[in-house]
Amino acid sequence: MTTTAPAASGLDAPPPRPARRPSTARARARSAIRRVTGVTAPYGFVAPFFLIFFVFGLFPMAYTFWVSLTDRDLLRPHDAKMVGLRNYTDLLHDEFFWNAVKNTFELMLLCSIPQLALALILAHILNARLRGRTLFRMGVLLPNITSIVAVTIVFGQLFSRDFGLFNWLLGLVGVDNVNWQAGEWSSKFAIAMMVIWRWTGYNALIYLAAMQAIPREQFEAAAIDGAGTWRQLWHVTLPALRPTIAFTALVSLIGQIQLFTEPLLFDISPGSVSGGTDRQFQTLALFLYEEGFRLRHFGYGSAVAWLMFLMTVLLAAFAYLITRGGARIRGGSR
Amino acid sequence: MTVTTDKGVDAADAAGARTSRVGGWRRLGRPSAAPAAPAAPAGEGERRGPWRYPFLIVVVLLSAFPVYWTFMIPSRTNDVVGQTPPPLLPGGHFFENARRVFDTVQFEKALVNSLIVAGSITLCTLLFCSLAGFAFAKLRFRGRGALLAIVIATMMVPVQLGIIPLYIEMQKFGWANHLIAVIAPTAVTAFGVVFMRQYTEQAIPDELLEAGRMDGCSTFGLYWHVVLPGLRPAMAVLGLLTFMQAWNDFMWPLIVLSPQNPTVQVALSTLSAGYYRDNTLVLAGTALGTLPVLLLFAVFGRQIISGIMEGAVKG
Repeated sequence: MTTTAPAASGLDAPPPRPARRPSTARARARSAIRRVTGVTAPYGFVAPFFLIFFVFGLFPMAYTFWVSLTDRDLLRPHDAKMVGLRNYTDLLHDEFFWNAVKNTFELMLLCSIPQLALALILAHILNARLRGRTLFRMGVLLPNITSIVAVTIVFGQLFSRDFGLFNWLLGLVGVDNVNWQAGEWSSKFAIAMMVIWRWTGYNALIYLAAMQAIPREQFEAAAIDGAGTWRQLWHVTLPALRPTIAFTALVSLIGQIQLFTEPLLFDISPGSVSGGTDRQFQTLALFLYEEGFRLRHFGYGSAVAWLMFLMTVLLAAFAYLITRGGARIRGGSR
Repeated sequence: MTVTTDKGVDAADAAGARTSRVGGWRRLGRPSAAPAAPAAPAGEGERRGPWRYPFLIVVVLLSAFPVYWTFMIPSRTNDVVGQTPPPLLPGGHFFENARRVFDTVQFEKALVNSLIVAGSITLCTLLFCSLAGFAFAKLRFRGRGALLAIVIATMMVPVQLGIIPLYIEMQKFGWANHLIAVIAPTAVTAFGVVFMRQYTEQAIPDELLEAGRMDGCSTFGLYWHVVLPGLRPAMAVLGLLTFMQAWNDFMWPLIVLSPQNPTVQVALSTLSAGYYRDNTLVLAGTALGTLPVLLLFAVFGRQIISGIMEGAVKG
């Protein structure tokens, strides 16, 4: 249907409300107005999205690159000098930057892989006839509706050195109190626990939705062939879920590049943004926050942001190539 | 396809039932057609039943435990919380600790601010996304396909990385430290537009729109009188997801608002940074800040779950 034709044909239709149509001249004028709004209205309807996206999304992102070429900072915003690529060359020699890159990627692997694998298993178990189905689904989604701030505060308390529940449990099996925040790996393990706890159920529901779209004949055929439930997961579900898995992996990886709240609030020294005393869990997003908003190096911080953007693009391209390449190999082997 | 997922689940249930029955045939000696899978232990399909419930119950308990902890700890006193073993059952001090939260940080203001922010973002998102969704689903206009492709493409752009210029922009607008700076950037989302387009396409019949045209509705009138009433279920789902996301948002409010004019999440971060040894106080604040979304989840859990699963199928 078009927006203009019905409006015009409405003139020929019997008048729904006779009082509205005292003279044809006025009706024609009204239809002309209607035709104009009919043509422009769709643009008006979609305009808010584009306006807001441009002003608060696209423009700031593009402008980030411009700012990253200056030595702009918050205290003297008006006499910023162009410094070319100096921020970038400085960054590449900044050990704190590389430390943040290393931490970000280590955390990315520690968080994403267990989370998606667990979600897949959980979805497989949820994808069956269950009593209290809604209750179980609500149960696994519960972590995701709590805020990351709340999650970090609670886990920070559970992981605390002296009064934490985890150390008490470890004490029961004879392990001494672990100072979770201090260690290079213990701190990352704790942060990964928070991310995994919050996101596994959410991803499980996404996998569950995709699993329910698989034609049940495929499972029947597999069952006739003698495949048990785990074999069905491996041979039927996984191949069918490939695009969904690629999608969730990509979303999870991109989310991990921006990991911010957990490392900020897991640090127990008040006001610290360094991600632990030895920067053992400072991520790129936290480094960006430290440079941009604590030290107020807008130019330098923008360079960090732009490099994070490049990493995101590379990661997305990499994920795309892997899933496509995998699909081709599979297709070829058939 | 509407927001119910029950049909799909019933199909899965039926599939599950059939699978186990077929498993029974297999044991009767049906020859295996697949040479790749002869070694499956007999009765595996049946064994799935017994341990499934214990497994899921453990998962749900693990999911719920930190939330329980958030509400249990503030109901005790700090000297009990500091003992080993830590307490596992609630006590009677919750309101006392909750009162201390309001005395320590500007929690009243934070709650009101969060309510304003999340409420406005939700209303704007519902209005703008349903308008755009209607236009993309039912109106024909030049460039529609290209514009829709742009909307979908923007979902993959990590705009959060433009945070420094966004802050500069807010200062230029004079919006820094005002709630509008938190509301405006997320007042409409690409996800919402795509979600609403999908729903409008399926839930609003063209005949209804044409009838509305005959009655002399303008395009906006069509939206208001015909489309909007039909979108109510989708609005509920999108509204819930948006509200919870806005309520939980942290990084941008932390940057653009001051501790004197915080949202709940910003106030919680102040609380946890300054008083981290005072566990009953910090967790009382956390519990209070989590309570609104928990209540929403308890009442509308089914809709929220269906929204996430629907969004997944479309994404």
